[in-house]
Amino acid sequence: MPRIRVLLAKLGLDAHTIGVTVIAQALRDAGMEVIYSGLKQTPEMVSSTAIQEDVDVVGLSSLSAAHMSHFPRVVELLREGGAGDKLVLGGGVIPEEDEQELLAAGLHKVFTMGTETGEIVAYIQDWVAQRDAAS
Amino acid sequence: MSEIASRVLEGHVASGARVIRWLEDGERKGVEALKVLYPQSGRAHIVGITGPPGAGKSTLVDALIAAQRKRGRRVAVVAIDPSSPFSGGAILGDRVRMQRHATDPDVFIRSMATRGQLGGLSRTTFEATAVLDAMGYDVVMVETVGVGQDELEVVDLAHTTLVVNVPGLGDDIQAIKAGILEIGDIFVLNKADRPGADEAEKVLLTMLHLRDAAEGAWSPPLIKTAAALEEGIDALADACDAHRADLEARGALAEAAATRGEHFFLELLRDFAAEKIIDRATEGASYPKLLAAVRAREIDPYTAAEQLVAAI
Repeated sequence: MPRIRVLLAKLGLDAHTIGVTVIAQALRDAGMEVIYSGLKQTPEMVSSTAIQEDVDVVGLSSLSAAHMSHFPRVVELLREGGAGDKLVLGGGVIPEEDEQELLAAGLHKVFTMGTETGEIVAYIQDWVAQRDAAS
Repeated sequence: MSEIASRVLEGHVASGARVIRWLEDGERKGVEALKVLYPQSGRAHIVGITGPPGAGKSTLVDALIAAQRKRGRRVAVVAIDPSSPFSGGAILGDRVRMQRHATDPDVFIRSMATRGQLGGLSRTTFEATAVLDAMGYDVVMVETVGVGQDELEVVDLAHTTLVVNVPGLGDDIQAIKAGILEIGDIFVLNKADRPGADEAEKVLLTMLHLRDAAEGAWSPPLIKTAAALEEGIDALADACDAHRADLEARGALAEAAATRGEHFFLELLRDFAAEKIIDRATEGASYPKLLAAVRAREIDPYTAAEQLVAAI
């Protein structure tokens, strides 16, 4: 039976893991397989990990203002690696004015602080259902 | 030949990853690709790494990747973590310890969830190793879930099985009781820089000497490591090479491959047969009646199952 696979990656230098842990557990409890690759990931590490693991979803988290340089770079590297078909989500401390720019750079959605985990679960499930219906 | 299978044979990472995914999800396309890939597999050295939770298996695998890369080998890893029995989901965190290799084009790491499979492996670990083997990786390491005492499936899969222990698991080293002592080709005492290492070594050596060994057979070494400090890792990689050379010299490598094929085949046969029989048995008119009778305790489950199968 197919299962949704998600990579959760922390980019940049921050060491806060509580948020990413809470999301990982919520996704697991929704029946998804969550690959966690740890702290201080570079865009190169994230994209090659996403390809090796063949995930459906890449969730990027940054709390240290690394998002503007790192998030778009992940999207670019995934496309170059022939894996542009993945859902790329961003989260963390992201100012509103950055959000539009990230979406323009190819992120599908940005979840800011205070988002309910149920909202993220539902977004992923809907996206996967639509993708599968289209194929 | 299917297009994706030929890309896998060229070592294309995204294609190999996709075929493994299809196999894991039970998609027919995966099986079709595997039929092409399987005959091209059989060259890789398959090394199983097993041991109790917290023994440092992932850190050990990370250090072994580095050691094998120094020897010029291309390395693949399948790291297995348990699925939640409640949601079916999983958190797969083994590769956190291995991420320094994430961008090395000659290293492929894949996390897998057990998806209900008992025995320390996932449902499609066999298939995944065959794909990685066909992709041309020289060494394929399989890290099992943290095992207790009878999750020994890795032996059917690996040429060389490493059993990892750590000091301080109790006087009689619970984790190497019975079964797990017999399956190791190489024993590793990890975290050997910790207190209690000498005592643990003594106990392990005593137990290893008590193992029945045929004349001239491989004698499993005990290697002390501190994987986080990268100590003892070269000796461990040497031991892996020595075990493979020993298998080769005794002609046992071919026999191991044959046995692996047999196990794979028998397991599939069991799956297919069970599926067919259950389909047939549950189609009949007597099935809902028997099921109701079992639920009402009017008939015992043995008699009910026997009756259904006998009617096929």
